[in-house]
Amino acid sequence: MHPAIQMTGRSRNTSFLVEQSRSGLAELAVWTILLLAMFLAPGRHQLLSEIAIVALFVLSLDLIMGYAGIVSLGQAAFFGVGAYSAGLVAIYVTSDPVIGLLVSAAAAGLVGFATSFLVLRGSDLTRLMVTIGVTSLLGEIANKATGITGGADGLQGISIGPLLGLIPFDLYGTTAYGYSLAILFLGIVLARRIVGSSFGLSLRAIRDNQLRASAVGIPVNARLVAIYTISSVYAGVAGALMAQTTQFVSLDVFDFHRSADALLMLVIGGTGYLYGGIIGAGVFKLIQSVLSDATPQYWHFWLGLLLVVLVQVGRTRVIRSIANLLGLGPRQISPQANDAKMSQPR
Amino acid sequence: MSTNALETRQLVKRFGGITATDNVSFTLEQGSRHALIGPNGAGKTTFINLLTGVLNPTSGCVLLNGEDISGLGIHGRVRRGLVRTFQINQLFPTLTVLETLALAVSERDGFGRNPWRPAGSRHGIMKQASALADTFLLTDVLRNIASSLSYGQQRLLEIAVAFASRPKVLLLDEPAAGVPEHDRATILDVLASLPRDVSVVLIEHDMDLVFSFADMITVLVSGSVLTRGSADQVSSDPRVKAVYLGEAEHE
Repeated sequence: MHPAIQMTGRSRNTSFLVEQSRSGLAELAVWTILLLAMFLAPGRHQLLSEIAIVALFVLSLDLIMGYAGIVSLGQAAFFGVGAYSAGLVAIYVTSDPVIGLLVSAAAAGLVGFATSFLVLRGSDLTRLMVTIGVTSLLGEIANKATGITGGADGLQGISIGPLLGLIPFDLYGTTAYGYSLAILFLGIVLARRIVGSSFGLSLRAIRDNQLRASAVGIPVNARLVAIYTISSVYAGVAGALMAQTTQFVSLDVFDFHRSADALLMLVIGGTGYLYGGIIGAGVFKLIQSVLSDATPQYWHFWLGLLLVVLVQVGRTRVIRSIANLLGLGPRQISPQANDAKMSQPR
Repeated sequence: MSTNALETRQLVKRFGGITATDNVSFTLEQGSRHALIGPNGAGKTTFINLLTGVLNPTSGCVLLNGEDISGLGIHGRVRRGLVRTFQINQLFPTLTVLETLALAVSERDGFGRNPWRPAGSRHGIMKQASALADTFLLTDVLRNIASSLSYGQQRLLEIAVAFASRPKVLLLDEPAAGVPEHDRATILDVLASLPRDVSVVLIEHDMDLVFSFADMITVLVSGSVLTRGSADQVSSDPRVKAVYLGEAEHE
């Protein structure tokens, strides 16, 4: 078990089987805020759209890390595959965004399935190495295959048709935000269903104790392959959204930074309750935006300081208290859980 | 003649130069209560790990109801009815008692692949999970996570999970070890009331428990079978006294 999970507390364990399919008031509040932002922050739709996309990307990481215990620093691999697929579909096949999204999801899912077998064995460290490796590999392929990807110049000439044939994308990012938000919503609804299912329960069992999981008859590897593939689809869709809403794809979709930032945001927002992605991405991007306006030269310094303070002084205290205030956060574990006499897996 | 519930043929496991399991041919008759005893380091745990698929044998094979299961993984053997409990508790620290039991039942019935239907929405599963909790005196802590339970309760849950998988052959690795007196009685009651169509292998150091529970005993010493027979035969065997009971008297 890795530290990120231990420090972030747990999902709604005690109520999981009862409340799992019930939509909370807090969730309603989050979505209301996100929807209201559409009207209250008209000049900020580009940023909001980016937040929604990154939130979806972080959600993809939460699915494997928060629920199945697979750490990764290579989610950008699938983000990149999704982005290039969406770009290529728009250039060569059709400008319809939804078709592009579906094709990208399939492409990222295929790559995710194929590489999932690499993360089945080994420790967290091995998994980190392997996921980083796969991402660099794909990034380098994209760099070399200039005929297809445009190499270092990026994929140019992407034009996206109107959404559902009706709503054209505008310069202010309003359609982009609506589109990204709708897909994020869909993504959360589906993810909720998945993690609340019998399948989702078996993932949490695997995360907790692989040996025991197999001893109750769970085919551990098959389940891990499944969730890793699902997660890569999510990441691919996020990449496709980015490509479609910015109408440009460059090699930085495969950047190590992208994966690392996602991990950071997930740790900020909290693992294992799905909304960590939205909260983490929101906090991260807003801070980034405010700081880079205030101190364009040194904003990385302040961001760094903030992150260190957040993690050291108590992300749990800061974020969770905000989340709890909203009634959203991961439920507190009862105090007696601390003096657990739990035997560790051998 | 009915096939044996569980059988091993010339099972060997070597770790480097050490032979942990040395040519063990073991049979468990249908419905029998079989104790596996032996001094510390006799290879009991290695043997259990070979039976359950945690380890792969160097040579030899394992048969469950006459069928060679040597090629199956851990979960494949569980699905065929070969279920174990662990000497050291192996639980899901953050899952509640109810979730843990419901998980085992749902996996047994093959629902675990369903990514759509909420885990708690199947009435049958929840009913069976609650019934199991009832049997193992865990009803009061149904919604507590496993890591918050007392050691005795964790031990009860450990065994309850194995029951939830509805075993045909149950391997109990020191089920009552370290359990407080009250919970111990519960465990013994439940074991005594196991249906006869479940065949049981009990690994245990507590000789009172062995002799009260088992109708057959196999003695393992240094990785190989020293002898096997009824409780009377084994307890009167001078070799067993020498290596095992004799050793116990020194303690």
